[in-house]
Amino acid sequence: MAGVVLRNVSKSYGNVTVIPDLSLDIEEGEFVVFVGPSGCGKSTTLRMIAGLEKVSSGQIVISGRDVTWAKPKERDIAMVFQSYALYPHMNVAQNMSFALRLDRRPKAEIEERVRIAADMLELTPYLDRKPKDLSGGQRQRVAMGRSIVRDAYVFLFDEPLSNLDAKLRSTMRTELALLHKKLDRTMIYVTHDQIEAMTMADRIVIMKDGLIQQVGTPKDVYNAPVNTFVATFIGSPSMTLVPAELSEDNGQLHVQGAGFKLPVPDRLKDTANRATGRQVTLGLRPEHFAAEARSDAFAPIDLKVKVAEYIGSSQFLAADMGGQDITAAVEVGPEADRMSDGQYFFDTSRLYLFDSNSGEAL
Amino acid sequence: MAHADMDTQRLDLPEPMPQPRFQAGFITPYAFIFPALLVMLGGLLYPVFMAMYLSLYDWQIGLDLEDAPFVGLTNFSRMLTDPQVWEVLWVTMRFGFWTITIEMTLGVALALLLEKPIRGASVFRTIFILPLMVSPVVVGLIWRYLFDARVGWINYYLGAWFGIEPQIWLGDAQLAFFAIVFTDIWQWTPFIFIIVIAGLQALPSEVVEASTIDGANWWQQVFLVKLPMIKSILVIALLMRLIDVFRGMEVMLIMTGGGPGRSTELLSLHIYNRAFETQQLGYASAISVLLIVIVFAISTLILTMANPMKSRSDV
Ligand SMILES: Nc1ncnc2c1ncn2[C@@H]1O[C@H](COP(=O)(O)OP(=O)(O)OP(=O)(O)O)[C@@H](O)[C@H]1O
Ligand SMILES: [Mg+2]
Repeated sequence: MAGVVLRNVSKSYGNVTVIPDLSLDIEEGEFVVFVGPSGCGKSTTLRMIAGLEKVSSGQIVISGRDVTWAKPKERDIAMVFQSYALYPHMNVAQNMSFALRLDRRPKAEIEERVRIAADMLELTPYLDRKPKDLSGGQRQRVAMGRSIVRDAYVFLFDEPLSNLDAKLRSTMRTELALLHKKLDRTMIYVTHDQIEAMTMADRIVIMKDGLIQQVGTPKDVYNAPVNTFVATFIGSPSMTLVPAELSEDNGQLHVQGAGFKLPVPDRLKDTANRATGRQVTLGLRPEHFAAEARSDAFAPIDLKVKVAEYIGSSQFLAADMGGQDITAAVEVGPEADRMSDGQYFFDTSRLYLFDSNSGEAL
Repeated sequence: MAHADMDTQRLDLPEPMPQPRFQAGFITPYAFIFPALLVMLGGLLYPVFMAMYLSLYDWQIGLDLEDAPFVGLTNFSRMLTDPQVWEVLWVTMRFGFWTITIEMTLGVALALLLEKPIRGASVFRTIFILPLMVSPVVVGLIWRYLFDARVGWINYYLGAWFGIEPQIWLGDAQLAFFAIVFTDIWQWTPFIFIIVIAGLQALPSEVVEASTIDGANWWQQVFLVKLPMIKSILVIALLMRLIDVFRGMEVMLIMTGGGPGRSTELLSLHIYNRAFETQQLGYASAISVLLIVIVFAISTLILTMANPMKSRSDV
């Protein structure tokens, strides 16, 4: 059953069009993450779902009900804001129970729900505190608590973790994933951090300039990016793109360019065949480089290493490949010295090819 | 600490840096505020103490202060049984109650209505704060003319539009009281409006949106979220208006001179009249000490109850 449906939704401010035309079906109970660079319209989309922003045209359906023109409170949603947006004059318990009190629920029920939520988020010792007396992480959990006591049909999150430090962020990612499992509710989450998207999402929606580029599971968008934008946006460090040409010799299709000549893997043979002789863009993910060949699929590439960043069991290399700047991440073990110029290997079964003009995947 | 000692012993440390002889310590901050304090003491406390001092003498205009007889607390005991003092206190309280209640309500309501960027709101906002720029003496003159029984616009338009008989506004006790209340509201509602709207516009929009999501309607949003969040601003505004009620007198002096009878004579105007009309400087000083005590008590009460300096918290 469809949880949240966006049908040809658009949004303009005056003559500035932020979202030209967006359609998306989100399943009930799904955890969907909107990801994209700053200003691409993620928050705007989320705020239209919440009802904080009116659509310019199109239709929004939540749980089978058309809510396009409904007020936020009629949409059965809860939302967590980036700034947490806690009520500064209320303590934690009051913050969490505000919606229920407005709804005139029985006192016992309110207390019970706050207790459960506080328990889940480990906020019980702070129920009497005002937000200003809490740490960033605690405030963030209160904001989370305020939404989960509601037991809404859809939960909306607008970059709720972006104000936290790296460690807390990764803890909260896990918490959120657990929360989603426990509550089993539809969750729509906005972030510009692709790691957050990859780790938490059932499906990722990648946006650019108000347009959806690709919708898919983390596996899909990593393994089969539809264009160079998605390919470089997903994955860390980013995929390197280099100009290349397809050529055939001895019945074997190759992709070649300055400093490399790699066999085209079987999965791309059919499409690549059709593009033979055309200009293409080759995509190399840093993590598919290696210091030695681990299988037949690995092909040698000479790299001039400019900088080697030691990060433990692997090293990030900023290197030069036939005059092209590329990034490689090689696993060499924690004892290895900083890597230097020499022959490296690339797993050619993992290479990507894109049309040079359109940027679409071949 | 034992660990730290061992570690430092092993290192070959250079000579320790000498501790600077002068260090910002206990005295420093006081040294910096001393000049300001001096000015405050001179400008603020001197008149207060002078008033206290004078209140102990029966000093009349025309008499040298050295020749004025010391009367101890006589002026104060006289004040307590002086029906005029009680009368003007009562006038002041009624005046303060009506003006502040209406100004706060109206100012806050208008700020809430004009907070959103609707068309024309900014023009209206500008026009609306004009009264604030007019000096009280001019306000008094303008409204004395407007309320004038024979040539005033108020009587003219009340007659022309509603067929109401001309009233002697400033010559009737109740009408005159109404007139000064009205004038005060005209001048000071914009003050409340302007600081409340500034407070409302500075509210973090996400918090207000969060309350929309939580299901608050307009009224709930105003009374449960917005106004509590600008509480400190409201308290300061209230305090400033309260103090002004006990301080301001120019408008009444010009519009009614306190009359008819003592129907529009506020405490400060009464002090002025005592000092310069009946020329009892010592007695007037005693009443100003009363005024100071009242203002001080009100301020302290409000500030301790509401604690506006502390209640501010950004999230
Ligand atoms: N009121 C407005 N008037 C005009 N343009 C607006 C308005 N609000 C947002 N925009 C524009 O809409 C675009 C999308 O904004 P939005 O806040 O949705 O971006 P975002 O994807 O959430 O970015 P970020 O990751 O930085 O939060 C931006 O280019 C922004 O400038
Ligand atoms: Mg945003």
